[in-house]
Amino acid sequence: MSAPLLLKNGLVLRREHPYLVDFFASLALPFPPAHLPLAAYLTEQVPDDAERGTLIAQLIAFADGMAALQAQETGQTVGKVTLLGGRDKSGDAEALKLELRPGDVICVVGPTGSGKSRLLADIECLAQGDTPSGRRIHIDDAPIDDATRLSGEQRLVAQLSQNMNFVMDLSVREFIAMHAESRLHSETEKMVETVFAMAVELAGEPFTLETPVTALSGGQSRALMIADVACLSASPIVLVDEIENAGVDRRKALELLVRQEKIVVMATHDPLLALRGDKRLVIRHGAVASVVVTSEDERSELVRLDVLDRRLAALREQVRRGERITSIDALLAPL
Amino acid sequence: MKLVTVAGPPSSGKTSVILRVAEGLLREGLRLGVVKFDCLASDDEKRYAKAGIPVKTGLAGGLCPDHFFVANIEAALAWGKQENLDLLISESAGLCNRCSPHLQPVRAVCVVDNLSGVHTPGKIGPMLKNADVVVITKGDIVSQAEREVFAFRVRQVNPKAAVLPLNGLTGQGSLLLQRHFTSAPALTTLDGEKLRFSMPAALCYYCLGETRIGKDCQIGNVKTMDFA
Repeated sequence: MSAPLLLKNGLVLRREHPYLVDFFASLALPFPPAHLPLAAYLTEQVPDDAERGTLIAQLIAFADGMAALQAQETGQTVGKVTLLGGRDKSGDAEALKLELRPGDVICVVGPTGSGKSRLLADIECLAQGDTPSGRRIHIDDAPIDDATRLSGEQRLVAQLSQNMNFVMDLSVREFIAMHAESRLHSETEKMVETVFAMAVELAGEPFTLETPVTALSGGQSRALMIADVACLSASPIVLVDEIENAGVDRRKALELLVRQEKIVVMATHDPLLALRGDKRLVIRHGAVASVVVTSEDERSELVRLDVLDRRLAALREQVRRGERITSIDALLAPL
Repeated sequence: MKLVTVAGPPSSGKTSVILRVAEGLLREGLRLGVVKFDCLASDDEKRYAKAGIPVKTGLAGGLCPDHFFVANIEAALAWGKQENLDLLISESAGLCNRCSPHLQPVRAVCVVDNLSGVHTPGKIGPMLKNADVVVITKGDIVSQAEREVFAFRVRQVNPKAAVLPLNGLTGQGSLLLQRHFTSAPALTTLDGEKLRFSMPAALCYYCLGETRIGKDCQIGNVKTMDFA
């Protein structure tokens, strides 16, 4: 890989290795001119031999890394994540073999201090029997080898939380484009349109591609984060925390994540969300005590619960408009 | 004894990261010590002492902090041996981003935080470029997209390093970093070993205490910008 790369001119480099544009930009070096081979260009730009040697090594390692990343992007997606039980807080074995597949929605329930965070942390660090719980994570039926795990390359979990903010001084368009480019997407423009359309639909209140991300309202920010994670995050699992008060259409948000083949894991006690899940992991004393699979009965009750939720939303809207609540009869009418 | 150098911009969370890793290492029964290199003032000594970790603080004062580090790291190693430590951690703030305290035979860790913005990895220089492990903190308060872009930019600057997120408040992510600390190479002396990146070629009147501005004061190794 190393020799051919150095022999390519700017034109070929731009076509075959578009990610190098960013590499040179981050070093404040102009991109190699169209007809000059990379080696000659570097000799010109960096006359010092030792310095050039370091730069070339860096450039080659970067190009190799990107090539590997690209192969990973196009080649393999995670088909299944398996969670193998460890032990509870008393050291007793946890009977658990849970398979998570793209499109699954899993809720984690249990009182404070029961071990919900531990479970989520185990997934995040790809536990291999070395966390306090002793749990193990397999991807596509195989443990994760040490080198991969320690390199931090495989990020299994993306997070959506109410505590998260945008800190970049960018417009919505630039923001999505930047994320798409870091994922080596070839059609950035198209991706920007897709993510933006989804975010606007989720938010309910319109904003534009030129709005600075830091000027978005709470609900708009959340909507953009959800749409972005659904379409652009590298991680197969999305951990959702506190979507309850997020000011976005929760039902649509979940549907979107599922449609994009994410494994959604939610720590929630809200029946409106919990009943939308496929199963609920009940955590007690540091272990999964049982797995409740959502029943048909629960799903049909969810339909009635949604009606109730809409009625409550109507009342909320009345308060928002500055109106007086004269009666809650509509809320209590038979479902 | 093992030595690990931890460097990073001010307030990136170096001390918190070390404390979170230390919790796990102490549980494993390791004897730890910390040498904190700082410029003008440091309160971190108290945080380490509170965690029961022996600590020494060195303030560079009027000297370049990286020169100060190199002149003292051997003595720090001797102190660690005398204290019978299994692992000595040196913590130093990268202030001007020009240099780095990373040494060739020593496990090198760089701590950067998500809040510093996605352009930061490109600006930090040798402290990040020459690290074996890059720890990214404060991920719990920025969006997933920013976390991913930030990690990508770090990999652009240093493709060989392990890149690990760590929450300095909860310790989430510290397990994998612990493994990088315990697998650090053991060493007996630093005599004759080398820095991973050279110090600046600079000896001018300002290095020696000059404060006045003007051509007459610019004697020694001076580099001027081209405004043409």
